[in-house]
Amino acid sequence: MASKVIHAVYNDDDILMHAVKKVRAEHHHIEEVYTPFPVHGLDKAMGLADTRIAITSFMYGCLGLIVAITMMNYIMIEDWPQDIGGKPSFSYLENMPAFVPIMFELTVFFAAHLMVITFYLRSRMWPFKKAENPDKRTTDDLFLMEVGVHDNEDALKNLLLDTGAIEVTVTEKEA
Amino acid sequence: MYTFSNRLKIGAIVAMVLGVICLAYGFISAPSTVEESKAIMAASHDDGHGGGHGEEASHGEGQEADYMEESGHGAAGEHGEAHNAEHDEHVFHQLQNRPWSALYVAAFFFFMISLGVLAFYAIQRAAQAGWSPLLFRVMEGITSYIVPGGIIMFVLLVLSVLHMNHMFTWMDAEVVAHDELIQGKTGYLNPTFFLIRAAIFLGGWIAYRQYSKKLSLAQDEADDNKNFKLNFRISAAFLVFYLISESMMSWDWIMSLDPHWFSTLFGWYVFASMFVSGITVIAMVTIYLKSKDLLPEVNNSHIHDLAKFMFGISIFWTYLWFSQFMLIWYANIPEEVTYFVTRIEDYKLPFFGMLALNFIFPLLVLMNSDFKRVNWFVIMAGIIILFGHYMDVFNMVMPATVGENWYLGVPEIGGILLFGGFFVFWIFTALTKESLTPKRNPFIEESKHFHY
Repeated sequence: MASKVIHAVYNDDDILMHAVKKVRAEHHHIEEVYTPFPVHGLDKAMGLADTRIAITSFMYGCLGLIVAITMMNYIMIEDWPQDIGGKPSFSYLENMPAFVPIMFELTVFFAAHLMVITFYLRSRMWPFKKAENPDKRTTDDLFLMEVGVHDNEDALKNLLLDTGAIEVTVTEKEA
Repeated sequence: MYTFSNRLKIGAIVAMVLGVICLAYGFISAPSTVEESKAIMAASHDDGHGGGHGEEASHGEGQEADYMEESGHGAAGEHGEAHNAEHDEHVFHQLQNRPWSALYVAAFFFFMISLGVLAFYAIQRAAQAGWSPLLFRVMEGITSYIVPGGIIMFVLLVLSVLHMNHMFTWMDAEVVAHDELIQGKTGYLNPTFFLIRAAIFLGGWIAYRQYSKKLSLAQDEADDNKNFKLNFRISAAFLVFYLISESMMSWDWIMSLDPHWFSTLFGWYVFASMFVSGITVIAMVTIYLKSKDLLPEVNNSHIHDLAKFMFGISIFWTYLWFSQFMLIWYANIPEEVTYFVTRIEDYKLPFFGMLALNFIFPLLVLMNSDFKRVNWFVIMAGIIILFGHYMDVFNMVMPATVGENWYLGVPEIGGILLFGGFFVFWIFTALTKESLTPKRNPFIEESKHFHY
């Protein structure tokens, strides 16, 4: 199903911020904003829900810690018991200081990498994916706001031009 | 302007009085002869208190270093009557040291808080930080304690040099005469040079604190930024002096309690402890003053930043603690590892307990971003962190001075009450003297609009 949207192009992030606030105040639905760089505070202005990626990061960290403990216990204690630092205790707990750096590294490794991968997937970005931004110039120096049209095309156009848009176009969007 | 609330003032004075009473009790109940000490030890064993303290068998590893110091540790066969007498005298000295150590740990702990705040303040000045100028008066109030706290530390060190206690074994000429290791260190570790160094460190810290405060106040009345720029320069210079002097101070005042043992990152480790305690106190005092509507322009982003520092520096402290521990544990060299053997054998609960309080607790509690903006949450976390770092100092000092005869009892609580009460009394009195918001700091507008 195709839906009608308006693309409003801006050339300044401050103007964009004001425009977003104004458009939202008039109860129009902003579908997406494309920017060449992260604009501080834009998520709050658009009313997006807080990210939950920190929670996933914590869980990945816990997973990394568990992997490190299980792995070191198997390698160094069970499968081929090692005499670590002249202390042949063959106990994970008593040899733990030697394993702490690995526990730390794998916690960080899992938290960081899996968080990045989660972020890409959640943002629907994967290799060979066709770019979603409707206008290539949003990767250079322009900002684009996409607003849904519901039988209010002219009013919306005027509003967007009022907010300082340098270009306003109506297009059909492939759903 | 802040006026010292009567309830807080009375609370602080009551704490000081109680502290003096507890410490006096500690000094009176400490044995004054070897016979009394033996009676105390016998009584405590009958009570079943102290879980196997003083069993001859457990002396093998942990106390070896101490015996080396006190008796020269002859051949095993000589351990007879002479050994028992030596042992009784050793325990007697430890029991005598206990109220002194309680006093020393608490005095150092509160002094170290103000020194940590001074370092944080100097970093803000040297970095020309934009977020923190609103908190400068609070920090200046807390650093005011460096003057009386530093003088108290110096007096305690002079009393140790005068043999009022046996905390620093290397100050005892009799011990040095039988100890080749300490003899090799006397060029550095002798009472005169020790006190000269302490005077230089304290003089430098106090001088910077007073001068920087003066410039900070002068900036409020000035019509240019000369004072501000000068403050920036002296703060950068102070940080160089501070990092060297703080490190040496920690060798002198703490590490030399175990004169045979040394660790190259000990200074940093003590620094991390004082830094996190200092930042915690800044956050707590700020929240307290804000709850009285005295810092209306401090917003929750400032609290969030302080809590982030509490979280981050707690982890930094753990990193240094572990770096020190792991290398010594791994290498397992007898003269190094005794330090941790004594602590793990005789101080199991405080040693591992403080690791939980100083690492696992802040890690889990302060990890969530939202919690760092909840004032009561930061206060509760702060109390735990401060207690954890008191225990950290306790673990640095007590094993060397009282050995296995430790107890978190009346003299220790008395020390905390006395110096805690005095600390609160002094810093809140200092806070009443100046307006709590700097007027003409060039970054004050940025600080007011600080938003994260």
